[in-house]
Amino acid sequence: MIHFLVHEEADNVGVATVDIKAGETATGLYMDSQKKIKVKAQQDIPLGHKIALAKLKVNDSVIKYGHDIGRVVADIKVGEHVHIHNLKTRRW
Amino acid sequence: MAKTKNPKVFAYRRENGRVGIRNHVIILPLDDLSNAACEKVAFNVKGCKAIPHAYGRLQFGKDLELFFRTIIGTGSNPNVAAVVVIGIEPEWTQRVVDGIAKTGKPVAGFSIERHGEFKTVEMASWKAKEYVHWASELRREPVDLKDIWVSVKCGESDTTSGLASNPTVGNALEKLVAMGGTCSFGETSEITGAEMVCKERAINAKVGEQFMAVFNAYQKMIEANKTDDLSGSQPTKGNIRGGLTTIEEKAFGNLQKIGKKIRYVGVLDKAESPTKPGLWYMDTSSAAAEAVTLWAAAGFVAHFFPTGQGNIIGNPIEPVIKLTANPLTAKTMAEHIDYDCSAILRGEMTLDESGDNLIEMLIRTCNGRLTAQEVLGHEEFVLTKLYESA
Repeated sequence: MIHFLVHEEADNVGVATVDIKAGETATGLYMDSQKKIKVKAQQDIPLGHKIALAKLKVNDSVIKYGHDIGRVVADIKVGEHVHIHNLKTRRW
Repeated sequence: MAKTKNPKVFAYRRENGRVGIRNHVIILPLDDLSNAACEKVAFNVKGCKAIPHAYGRLQFGKDLELFFRTIIGTGSNPNVAAVVVIGIEPEWTQRVVDGIAKTGKPVAGFSIERHGEFKTVEMASWKAKEYVHWASELRREPVDLKDIWVSVKCGESDTTSGLASNPTVGNALEKLVAMGGTCSFGETSEITGAEMVCKERAINAKVGEQFMAVFNAYQKMIEANKTDDLSGSQPTKGNIRGGLTTIEEKAFGNLQKIGKKIRYVGVLDKAESPTKPGLWYMDTSSAAAEAVTLWAAAGFVAHFFPTGQGNIIGNPIEPVIKLTANPLTAKTMAEHIDYDCSAILRGEMTLDESGDNLIEMLIRTCNGRLTAQEVLGHEEFVLTKLYESA
């Protein structure tokens, strides 16, 4: 069963396609290569929300669609929830 | 689709060589005052349709030019077999008739002043009846799928749009453009955050600069008219609840509709027709009905509309093919959806397969399958107005 999808191999986040529970080992699928990846969720990740696939430090870029979608504002561990509490736009 | 390199569809070859997938006889008002007469003709004569709208009086300058381009373009669209134009006065009515006549299709104009509405409706009904009989005997013929001009725009997006329904459209466009097709995307305001990437997707630096000029002009317009800081509303609270975090993320999701490799060959003004095959950028609003009306007026004959939460838009002459990857939308709004691609989210279907499925739905639509929007009678015809009338 697939728990999350990743747009491209370059991405450091995946998107939950089901509600993922903390502690669960979630299976992801890369949409470009069709490769699979397993990540242990550190927090609950609701459907549609992002899960970190790499360790990210403040000011790192979150990469989705192979592109920079914003700046990390609080350190993120693999398997953590990535959203407005730790990711901000570079725009405003 | 992958089964054949150059699929054929059954469509209507018009007098000017363009190809249509519908065979409408339309009763087109020049102005708001003439809507009632057009609707009366469409009631008298079955098999034609009135396309009422709100404008056509006292417009001027660029706004008037856009108005005529949109109205004449609508009548000229290859999905339209013949047109009856009704206006309050003869001069502008004739301008619309002359514009549509350049396609070679049957078109006639009637004006209400010095006749009154009863007499006008009677004359126009006779003409409409003649056109309907004529059009009803036209036959579809085999044409290349690449001759079907396709526009794309998404609406009520959520994370499933960026994951699956928009990339499905992008995959289908890659294939259509590779065949030699003519396609268009737009939504200038919703590219904010990904505009530099959009600029790089132009075929050359000149076209990229043309895109940036249009993008910057739109930003200026928003800046001049906004009443609060848009940073609080983009992404929307609903987007955030659904998992979208930043405006960049939303914009990159939007851009999935143009696939990964296609370069757009030019930038079109609103309702302007492309001059050669390839993918074209059109400067449109992100409001669905306005944008699709502009593409229909530019001559596009089918539209791909990916939706997340469920936008239900349609158009009177350009069939709108709706797809969603949101399983909840596919279930609770099933009557609006032509293609459910939620299997991608379950890892049960690849984007490549989904793109093929969408092209298959396009082929079926060309061959005569009515879209959900057509069956439900969604005919939102909305003119874009640039500023107040005089």
